[in-house]
Amino acid sequence: MSISILALDWAFVIEKMVLIAIVISVSLIVAMYATYAERKVAGVMQDRHGPNRAGPFGILQPLADGLKLFFKEEVIPNNSSKWLFILGPCLAMLTAMMTSAIIPWGGTVEIGGRMIDLQIADINIGILYVFGVVSMGVYGIMIGGWASNNKFSLMAALRGASQAISYELAMGLSLIALLMLTGSLSLKTIVEQQINSNWWNIVYQPLGFFIFFVCALAECNRAPFDLPEAESELNMGYHQEYSSMKLGFYLFAEYINMFISCTIIATLFFGGYDMPFVDESKLSGVTALLTGVAALFGKTFILIFVFMWIRWTLPRFRYDQLMNLGWKGLIPLALFNMVLTAAIALYTMK
Amino acid sequence: MQSLTQRAKSVDRSPLSWLEKIYVWNIFKGMLITFGHIFKKKATIQYPEQTRPFSPVFRGLHVLNRDEEGRERCTACGLCAVACPAEAITMEAAERLPGEEKLYREEKYAARYEINMLRCIFCGLCEEACPKDAIYLSETFAPANFSRKSFIYGKPDLLIPDPVTKPEEFKEAKGLIEKKKKSKS
Repeated sequence: MSISILALDWAFVIEKMVLIAIVISVSLIVAMYATYAERKVAGVMQDRHGPNRAGPFGILQPLADGLKLFFKEEVIPNNSSKWLFILGPCLAMLTAMMTSAIIPWGGTVEIGGRMIDLQIADINIGILYVFGVVSMGVYGIMIGGWASNNKFSLMAALRGASQAISYELAMGLSLIALLMLTGSLSLKTIVEQQINSNWWNIVYQPLGFFIFFVCALAECNRAPFDLPEAESELNMGYHQEYSSMKLGFYLFAEYINMFISCTIIATLFFGGYDMPFVDESKLSGVTALLTGVAALFGKTFILIFVFMWIRWTLPRFRYDQLMNLGWKGLIPLALFNMVLTAAIALYTMK
Repeated sequence: MQSLTQRAKSVDRSPLSWLEKIYVWNIFKGMLITFGHIFKKKATIQYPEQTRPFSPVFRGLHVLNRDEEGRERCTACGLCAVACPAEAITMEAAERLPGEEKLYREEKYAARYEINMLRCIFCGLCEEACPKDAIYLSETFAPANFSRKSFIYGKPDLLIPDPVTKPEEFKEAKGLIEKKKKSKS
């Protein structure tokens, strides 16, 4: 056995390690500046300027916010289960990060005789992995609410968990329709199909995209579905007892979630790293790679803007409205979409 | 029923139509509205750099006036302190000595003149009471500070700059030319 361990392809391990480090730090930076962007977007939509004091245009604001959170007093309630209390935000952060593993960030490039994929792991159950990890994210909320030993936190956690679970159903159903067309769960394959065909998946699956998008909003606890933490009327929800950087972790995990889910939407429905109107095969290796990455990030940032745009437009749903929409609205709609897609796929393939 | 204001709008209470029930169209309309607001003029006044213009009758920080030759007009009669409803003004009078005619216009002057800006209600009664036009309220307001003591403004804070030796600053304090950023040490 020991020989086979030594015979590992170390260059491969190092390549993946570097890639993981880059992806993690990029998603942290993007999440950091998403908080800044959120406040800017909120500002301009309310005829204000948003943060503009810390550094030029306020670009140092996220650093100042982080510093403030670090210097806040760390309060762990006496009656909380300490171990779980600390585990909650860690889990939220961990699950938020883990989903980034299967996203294809760009095409393949040859460096030093090695074909390097800009994807940490191209696993053939890609999208199922995302669903698995995302549903683990509920544990971050549940454990946080439970460990606080506060009935309001617990109720908020229940609210959050039931929301996540019910919207995951519709999300999965809307994806089944997409997967019928692609015939593959691997995200890399899905992107390559979109590059090779003329159209992105959004053209074939507009309804599926709509359902997926709404469910992604709910999964990320974004407005109008942000009632797990309804800061204005429901006492901050499950992280009511949290302070300092543990609270920061929860909030940060939400922004990472938003970034990752926008990337996944871009990958599934908007051609991933496919730059529109450009034929990548005609470009040289590195240029093609960079245009791919730029295209993916451009699409992601536009989607993040839409997420924020929605947040600063809509009021929050009531809990019963949320459940009505999820179970009586989106799930039947997703089922209908699935059946319709199946029928059309069957008819055209025949 | 006649409405109380002209801006009152009657609320449409008819049941939601199908299009309204599925939210999407109305959400889209709402999003167009918020998007339009991105390009609207910002309501913010960026305070330390920009200030809101005050009207000429604004009653702000007090200024102890000088006459054209740069002599203090105040004669320490105490009418302002009597008129002050908040009892914010304290003063001590002193007699002008020979050789000080360049400094004080009258034979009696205020050796100490203090206004507690935390007590002051900026009513302007001191300005009205003054027979010598020695005190008036300017268009600035007291800047924020960390200690209560620093809100007791003495003569160095209140006196207008000398028009003979510092004409620029005098004009600035009078509001005749654009004000520069003023800070209190």
